[in-house]
Amino acid sequence: MLTKRIIPCLDIKDGRTVKGVNFLELRDAGDPVALGEMYAQQGADELVFLDISATNEKRKTFVKLVREIAAHVNIPFTVGGGISSIEDVAPLLEAGADKVSINSAAVSNPQLIDDLAKAFGSQFVVLAIDARKVNNQWTVHTHGGSRPTEKKLFTWAKEGQSRGAGEILFTSMDHDGTKSGFAVDPLEKLNQLLQIPVIASGGAGNMSHFLEAFVIGKADAALAATLFHFGEIKIPDLKAYLSNHHLPIRKTI
Amino acid sequence: MKIAVIKYNAGNIRSVAFALERLQVEYTITDHPEEIQQADKVIFPGVGEASTTMRYLKDNRLDDLIRSLKQPVLGICLGMQLMCKHSEENDTPCLGIFDETVRLFVPQHHEKVPHMGWNSLTTINDWLPSELKDQFVYFVHSFYVPISAHTSAQTDYIQAFSSAMRKDNFYAVQFHPEKSGPVGEKVIQAFLQQ
Repeated sequence: MLTKRIIPCLDIKDGRTVKGVNFLELRDAGDPVALGEMYAQQGADELVFLDISATNEKRKTFVKLVREIAAHVNIPFTVGGGISSIEDVAPLLEAGADKVSINSAAVSNPQLIDDLAKAFGSQFVVLAIDARKVNNQWTVHTHGGSRPTEKKLFTWAKEGQSRGAGEILFTSMDHDGTKSGFAVDPLEKLNQLLQIPVIASGGAGNMSHFLEAFVIGKADAALAATLFHFGEIKIPDLKAYLSNHHLPIRKTI
Repeated sequence: MKIAVIKYNAGNIRSVAFALERLQVEYTITDHPEEIQQADKVIFPGVGEASTTMRYLKDNRLDDLIRSLKQPVLGICLGMQLMCKHSEENDTPCLGIFDETVRLFVPQHHEKVPHMGWNSLTTINDWLPSELKDQFVYFVHSFYVPISAHTSAQTDYIQAFSSAMRKDNFYAVQFHPEKSGPVGEKVIQAFLQQ
């Protein structure tokens, strides 16, 4: 049976992990490769690495890092952050990334989705959508959620699919950081609407939130960052919990 | 042992190379006919679309070369599908090593296509170690090879399909062993021991 995926997300700045990574097990928790390997060993099903470096100079560091990750991590991983053209993507794929996620650039230039899907295949293209409710409508935001756009979540997700996106990574900004649970209602609606997998993001605070995202929200995968980084939830415990609740979960050897 | 990874316009060659490095196996990535023919083992990776890839193989005369190989050859993902007779993906005639037709997944109950993620090997026989039964491997594909006499592992998605195959010296897996954690490493090692 196809299993539900658990995905830790790592923010990378200038080649180092940021955002409160705190691990006793690791000598250097700022090293994304060591952290990625550790998550893979713990049973993470995939990894996401988001580059939040500000300059092009630093982006070159990210490509080198992607190569290091690919050399050491034996599970699939997605890279994203600031990708705006085929030229940005080719070196990442050449370095060994399995998928790329695009966000703001796709909103301002939707053709980018078509171009990437055509050049590299739909399975490489993850459309990341940040949205929050504005006047009771799920409204797409860009630039780390700081800028509202005209686009609405459901129509944009559907358009993304028809342009060739292989997956949707939906972050509810209303839930992100609140630890009050994932946005299960829009997740469920996205799942009804789309034929491609949906990754839930934003709001995880405890293990039952993951269960809700999968059972009620019908998400195919769930992503979290700080919760894993601070060790508030350990991936083996989470997977055992979900498995005990009869969800299809990958067991590792 | 000399391992040749066939170099062509496929997406996952780098990932396969890294997986071999993690196993401390030496390899060359090559499209040079003699180098491929003289290798002890050959890996035929693949991510992409069937018709474009078959055209590339033909243009570079790799199609006859692959068919004529006598040493163990491992097709991965699209590599496995291209070893079949025909693919429904853009109605493409393929290499014909396996006498099967590659079919498009048709959802029955809102299942998503592509089949993407971790799924289990429900039956295991032939060249794969029996300890891999019910273990999980990583898939990304929209087309599948039906169960046949050459099936060496099955997986269930919409229906049971061939997740691994073998005929004579030709071995094939639909999943990505290079991305399937320790289980995938065991699959690669099982092939390298043939």
